[in-house]
Amino acid sequence: MPLTAPGKEILHIDGLTKAYGAFQALKGIDLRVHEAELLFLIGPSGSGKSTLLRCCNRLEEPTAGTIRFKGEDVGERGVDINQLRRRMGMVFQSFNLYPHLTALGNVTLALRHALSQPKAVADEAGRAHLARVGLGEKADAYPHELSGGQQQRVAIARALALSPEILLMDEPTSALDPELVGSVLRVIRELRTDGMTMLIVSHEMAFAREACDRVAFLDAGEIVEEGPPERIFEAATEPRTRAFLERLQAR
Amino acid sequence: MTAFLHNFVNPEVLQVALPLILEGMRVTLLLTASILPTGILAGLALSVLRTRQSRFLNFFIVVFADVFRAVPPLVILILIFFALPYLGVQLSGFAAAWLGLSLVLAAFSEEIFWAALTSVPRGQWEASRATGLGATATLRRVIFPQAIRLAIPPLTNRAIAIGKGTALASVIAVPEILNHATNVQAQTANPSPLTLAALAYLALFLPLVVASRWVESRFRWKR
Repeated sequence: MPLTAPGKEILHIDGLTKAYGAFQALKGIDLRVHEAELLFLIGPSGSGKSTLLRCCNRLEEPTAGTIRFKGEDVGERGVDINQLRRRMGMVFQSFNLYPHLTALGNVTLALRHALSQPKAVADEAGRAHLARVGLGEKADAYPHELSGGQQQRVAIARALALSPEILLMDEPTSALDPELVGSVLRVIRELRTDGMTMLIVSHEMAFAREACDRVAFLDAGEIVEEGPPERIFEAATEPRTRAFLERLQAR
Repeated sequence: MTAFLHNFVNPEVLQVALPLILEGMRVTLLLTASILPTGILAGLALSVLRTRQSRFLNFFIVVFADVFRAVPPLVILILIFFALPYLGVQLSGFAAAWLGLSLVLAAFSEEIFWAALTSVPRGQWEASRATGLGATATLRRVIFPQAIRLAIPPLTNRAIAIGKGTALASVIAVPEILNHATNVQAQTANPSPLTLAALAYLALFLPLVVASRWVESRFRWKR
């Protein structure tokens, strides 16, 4: 039951379960993500948010359930997972930039060696994507020469370079100093304006309130409640959601 | 003092030994130069195979690495040279030394490369795989370039150790430095050739030690 005007379905998750031995990290998740939607996943640590995100491109193998990406079953046997992953960009909490490559090298690696683009073509595209995240000047800098905010923006450019149809972001600002968070959020806001579909795990509640289309609250491997940010933040119906939001505000 | 000079720096004995030691240097150099590439490349290949995480293959790789790291190289050389002929494999002393020390170096380098490959953070694999690069491309473009920086210092140390270890081949009649030195020592009943041998090893391996420092600094992370 999407509450915003539903665009085309990009991600369609049904009964997603992930177990690590006896521990159930995800207990039957149903979730839809629509085209050009910015969906926030919130919830206490250990609630399964990251696991859910990582199941989408099968960095984690789901135990049960289906994930359809534009109608294609991600978990099907014989699916070309590399090809699917190119269409789903991922951004990590700890950036995971390649330390031995420049910013441009980071952005162009997959263009050159997954898409087999010639260096000149990949470099031109890479520079354009770095410019898009405000780092046109930093193409030749190595990750250790960049601030955390700049590194995360390079990581976003790396994901964007493959022209993905959705961006999966796993706490993109959690590892950043407070004064650097804004630069990354600015890029996310611009991507939203450009119509990028995004599924973001984050604790940036103020940003969620202002910029996202829908919020889903996870607790103990279940989606407890989902809805537009105004409703979740002002009038959550589930006690668990309210308790979580109160704890956050008390910080 | 005169006794020392007579026994260890005896001019007449040194004169006899010099041309033989020089010839021995050639053999030592050739043997080392043959062992280093085969041993290191075999070790690299095994460590890469091991990343495929096949339980069956990994069992054999681990057994190989553990056995050849545990057994003294001298014992391995003797077994290859003296025992293999009974199984129908007759190797020259040089070939036996090359094979034995290559296997030992392969075992150590496999462990060095493996440790280096696995100490590259998991997030690097994930970032690369998430952009649709396959396992082989990820290993080659992302993991290996980082691992090699970690592997270089222990690898150069091991290479030097194996290079010096070619002295063990003297017991299986390979005419390298120590073999010639001990022969002349026996003939002249004077250990001066050993002094010359020490100088010969220094002349061969000191440059290698210095070169390894240069290689290590080249591969160090730029900070």
